[in-house]
Amino acid sequence: MADTLWIGTRKGLFGLRADGARRQWKLAGPQFLGHIIHHVVQDPREPRVLLLAAKTGHLGPTVFRSTDRGRSWREAARPPAFRKVSDGEEARAVQRVFWLAPGHHTQAATWYAGSSPAGLFRSTDGGEHWEPVAGFNDHPMRPKWAALGTPDGEFLHSILVDPRDPRHLYIAISIGGVFESTDAGGNWTPLNEGCEADFLPDPSVPFGHDPHCMVQHPARPERLYQQNHCGIYRLDGPERRWKRIGRAMPKKVGDIGFPIVLHPTDPDTAWVLPMDGQSVWPRTSVGGKPAVYGTRDGGASWRRMDRGLPHSQAWFTVLRQAMCADTHARPGVYFGTTAGEVWASTNSGDSWRCIVRHLPEIYSVTHAA
Amino acid sequence: MSCTVRIASPLRSYTAGVPALAARGSTLAEVLANLEQRCPGIRFRMIDEHDRIRPHMRLFVNTSEARELSAVVRDGDTVHVICALSGG
Repeated sequence: MADTLWIGTRKGLFGLRADGARRQWKLAGPQFLGHIIHHVVQDPREPRVLLLAAKTGHLGPTVFRSTDRGRSWREAARPPAFRKVSDGEEARAVQRVFWLAPGHHTQAATWYAGSSPAGLFRSTDGGEHWEPVAGFNDHPMRPKWAALGTPDGEFLHSILVDPRDPRHLYIAISIGGVFESTDAGGNWTPLNEGCEADFLPDPSVPFGHDPHCMVQHPARPERLYQQNHCGIYRLDGPERRWKRIGRAMPKKVGDIGFPIVLHPTDPDTAWVLPMDGQSVWPRTSVGGKPAVYGTRDGGASWRRMDRGLPHSQAWFTVLRQAMCADTHARPGVYFGTTAGEVWASTNSGDSWRCIVRHLPEIYSVTHAA
Repeated sequence: MSCTVRIASPLRSYTAGVPALAARGSTLAEVLANLEQRCPGIRFRMIDEHDRIRPHMRLFVNTSEARELSAVVRDGDTVHVICALSGG
């Protein structure tokens, strides 16, 4: 199938389909015009299937499913929702489904969803019915893990299923930290040692961190990368201490950002898109000069990759779901901005061009084949 | 009890575009449950998992705003589902 980018925006869903050479991209849509689309994910186990997380300004959050590569969609019969509570218990309601992740390759109908406020949900029927994962949502430590929060509520994202073991899961919470389960979500342990939390009174806390995006390499699942509010990190299991590989970034650029993207087959290659995290946190490209930075040695060194990107007065913000890679031998890398532009590199970041402009604020860019 | 439910445009994808439906029930909770049977999914877009009216939804029985689903609905009443949103 042709390479397709699914673009989730604040005002609807768009599709960009490439020709065979990935030179020409044809825009289709909008679908769900006016809906807030937080994430669109193709099922790697059954590529005809896509799941989409949506809400509108007025209406509550839900999930839609397509079984024909995005031509038609049907709403989940039971969207993610917290359990009803007893008197005196905190009554949390899902405000948005923020993240979708397919389950293990041996569990063809399993999906996970992360919400704001931080909740974890599982479907075992392909996304039609969702149940809370009680081991996390009702964990006695959960209110403390995600205690700082923000007025918009904390976000649960980066749900990772170990390709070697369907019971081995990771999640990340902004703000809360990274957590690991080895029993299919029954119990959870913080996994934040080595990460900084320089916004807290005690930066060496075991949880309360702000991971922005965490990824696991399929060919080397013991390796995790994380773009955090406080730097870029790598963890190589069974070691349980994160290493700040962002220290190798140029000092004037820093290592703050939202997304981090991995090469599909090379666990040493990754891309980030730094943003300005100084003073009042503009979260735009540093100095108005957007650049992707790539590493080919696991973060020991980084290379600026800005050929084709604007060299001045370009104040990009790229959110955590809005950058991805395709699966070609020399992978393409793509990102969407909050100003509604999609930028593409078909040579692994060496050069860039804008392939669409004037879309609504982009929340999510994901690749489908 | 039979009433009329007037549906705001953001919810009409659940009613096949129909702006008003007849429904049965003596409270808002019963009316919405009856509506849900015929328009699956519509209730959760208006009401959260703890039976609270969502922040950008307003429900009126005739001209009185109802803040709880226990609000009484009488025969011949009109329930208005209104969406309240500001900004771009």
